[in-house]
Amino acid sequence: MSDPRTHIEDAQGVDLVHDRAKVSALIDKILAQAESKSFGTSALFAVRLAIEEAITNAFEHGHEGLDQSLTVHIEYAVSEKDIQVAVEDQGPGFSPASLPDPTLQENLSKPSGRGVMLMRAYMTEVDFNKSGNRVKLRYIRPS
Amino acid sequence: MSDSRLKISNNDGVTLVEFIDRNILDEANIQAISEEITAVIDQADTPKILISFSNVDHLSSAALGALITINNKIREKQGQLHLANIDPQIYEVFVITRLNKLFNIHDTAEEAHAAFAG
Repeated sequence: MSDPRTHIEDAQGVDLVHDRAKVSALIDKILAQAESKSFGTSALFAVRLAIEEAITNAFEHGHEGLDQSLTVHIEYAVSEKDIQVAVEDQGPGFSPASLPDPTLQENLSKPSGRGVMLMRAYMTEVDFNKSGNRVKLRYIRPS
Repeated sequence: MSDSRLKISNNDGVTLVEFIDRNILDEANIQAISEEITAVIDQADTPKILISFSNVDHLSSAALGALITINNKIREKQGQLHLANIDPQIYEVFVITRLNKLFNIHDTAEEAHAAFAG
């Protein structure tokens, strides 16, 4: 049972291998559902960016040093009101609060560390489970 | 190179780099792009590079990271990097991350070209 903060009701689920074509196909499928619910281009841009960052983090950081054949579990649900996507890796997790602020002057020239802040900037809600190996992204349609 | 992800040309001492792909998202693609641009930097004494994003619809934080690494390498050689033709939605990503303060960004390649000093 997933952490209530990152649970998605009536979600579709898929286990994703680290394969670019499959990642792209899944994101396209989620965005096609969103488009069919008349979410606009800025919503689609935001959701694509956030999902990309979450999946990249899961494979690159979540599974760092682990078997690269491990899958990442994705759940998603698209409604008239919102788009929800959860991304869960099989790693030990991390503490999002420990991430340095990449917008500070001393961090601007560092090449990494912007994924989570972009998710937070573009999504209405971003929640991690307690162990930090699952993130739920939620974009709520502006009223 | 037949599998190049970039179009690279020279104009008046400035190397113009354009992307072939509309999405600069995945690690393998970004790695290949980084290596190609790094080769251009390595070949020049003081690299002057203009990167045009005119074909680009999406880029990820990994792509931003690659651009930062490229910028750092160019600065190490006292070179110059200018960016141009960035889609407004992507420009917003630069603003959110404050990377619009790190990079020299211009509306058009012509304006960027004119901004190179020396």
